[in-house]
Amino acid sequence: MRIVVLVKPVPDTASSGERLRPDDWRLDRAAVPAVVNANDEYALEAALKLTTTHGGDVVLVSMAPPTAPETMRKALAMGAASGTLVTDAALAGSDVVTTTRVLAAALRGMEYDLLLAGADTSDGGAGVVPAGVATLLGLPYLSYAAKIEPNPDAGTVRVHRISPTGYDVLESPMPALIACTQALGEPRYPSLKGIMAARSKELTTVALADVEGGEAAPSTTAVLGAEAPPPRAATRVIREPAEDAAREVVAFLVERRIV
Amino acid sequence: MSYRLTEDQAALRDAVRVLADERIAPRAAEIDRTAEFPWDVKELLASHDILGLPFPEAYGGLGGELLTVCLAIEQISRACATSGLILAVQELGSLPLILAGSDEQKQRWFPDLAAGKKLIAFALTEAEAGSDVAAARTRARRDGDDWILDGAKRFISQGSVADLIAVFAVTSDDADAPRHKRLTCFIVEKDMPGFTVERVEHKMGIRGSPTAELAFKGVRVPDANRVGGEGDGFSIAMRTLDRSRPAIAAQAVGIAQGALEVAVAYARDRKQFGKPIAEFQMIAAMLADMDAQTEAARQLLYKACVEIDAGAPDAGRWSAMCKLVAGDTAMRVTTDAVQVLGGYGYIDEFPVERMMRDAKITQLYEGTQQIQRLVIARALTARR
Repeated sequence: MRIVVLVKPVPDTASSGERLRPDDWRLDRAAVPAVVNANDEYALEAALKLTTTHGGDVVLVSMAPPTAPETMRKALAMGAASGTLVTDAALAGSDVVTTTRVLAAALRGMEYDLLLAGADTSDGGAGVVPAGVATLLGLPYLSYAAKIEPNPDAGTVRVHRISPTGYDVLESPMPALIACTQALGEPRYPSLKGIMAARSKELTTVALADVEGGEAAPSTTAVLGAEAPPPRAATRVIREPAEDAAREVVAFLVERRIV
Repeated sequence: MSYRLTEDQAALRDAVRVLADERIAPRAAEIDRTAEFPWDVKELLASHDILGLPFPEAYGGLGGELLTVCLAIEQISRACATSGLILAVQELGSLPLILAGSDEQKQRWFPDLAAGKKLIAFALTEAEAGSDVAAARTRARRDGDDWILDGAKRFISQGSVADLIAVFAVTSDDADAPRHKRLTCFIVEKDMPGFTVERVEHKMGIRGSPTAELAFKGVRVPDANRVGGEGDGFSIAMRTLDRSRPAIAAQAVGIAQGALEVAVAYARDRKQFGKPIAEFQMIAAMLADMDAQTEAARQLLYKACVEIDAGAPDAGRWSAMCKLVAGDTAMRVTTDAVQVLGGYGYIDEFPVERMMRDAKITQLYEGTQQIQRLVIARALTARR
């Protein structure tokens, strides 16, 4: 089976530094090193495991700035076979609607059994792109997946969707789009052979004009301002043994009328 | 030639660093405390192809470029010197085969060694033959198509956990034969009758790496396990050390870097007299010296690797110089790191006391610092 995974380079949250540009409140992507969005890595790990079980390969698709190949190589090193990057100056500052349209357009010409995406990204955090792409492509949308069980013979896929009380079991025909969560399992570290192999894997860069029906659509939203969160109040750390600590924490919560 | 690491080298280094930080560093204190060989770390290194670094691609390795091997050892040792030694010894033990093994022998052993399914040790040192390698007493005498090995080897890193041992034994009865023509190298397999692990040493540092005394009592070794020609052993051992000493230098640079990072983090956090101790000039100067010395040792190591791989005629000199400088640097930097941490540096709540104990071995094994100086001085004075 062929699985396409949507990946996005995001600023590394582990590194410090200003991340919003003061003039237009956009993320300053040059200021902070980029990494593969964590939830996308969980999606990729799930995809790699599925192709190990069922055969086939994993292909990456991304819409990102022109520096993205460096980050995408890390995903290729984990084991994806190839990648396509849609990058275009006209796409700078795209909102979720534009991103959704461009990704859907890039995917239209592709063949796949499953389309996997991280449930959300650590930069924008809207979490609506996977659902939007599924809608535009007319695919079943299976969200918050904690477990993915394809049945290639029947042409169906079953997903455990995390719910407030446990999980729902969803089944749909393939191809389908699945939004992936951390519950799918820790992503692997790339092996040294994987890193070496990633250098020669095919990573295709396409401009907006090369994407089927791709045209620069103005973003429908604009950021009007941004404010830093207020500084955190002093933290109280309780270092007592577990039992005493638990009692103190409960007392604190009761005092604040939280419980 | 670029004087920077290639993209591939930097990518491999970074990948090993992440693995070392996230998976090995949290184990380092426990490995030291229990003094147990970290099989889990060995598996981790194997599953990420790191143990394949010293071997040719044709046998499932990653090509055997010395600088890349050393970059990996440095990054692992930065977190845990015992763990870094796993790769260093895998390279050390395999070097006789890499340098002098037949295609048949490489085909037979390299795939498993590169995959980390088997470990190999290097058995040259004896109780009475340390720096004076040619004084070895372990003997091998011919018996039909086989050799019969008798003797004992001491201070053999990972000797008790290895599946294969490269053993150097005297094969010449001729008392007049030149001392450096008496040794021959053999691969002993751990299941061969007569081979036993006599004991494992209690050590000051690299405590998770078992250092074993090995006994060979009438061990029958097929001639197919002989590496190189009869009497070539001394030459093979010396050429092995030319390539393996940089691995120890890499371990030393890694230990120094690890200690420097702990010292810097501590000096920024620790407040005395109302400000971080890093702002006191005496501390700041120590940190600056530690960084400069570590970087100097690292650059000498990288240059030595490139020269040795390029087949420099004075490979032995490069190899000895990088081990000498890196070993002394590791000792000095870790000692200073303990000093920066004061009383906290002396207790096992922080890793610098372990790093200081681990650093000491890099001044001792694969030739003491005195032997390195001897090698360098001989290369100097032999020049016309």
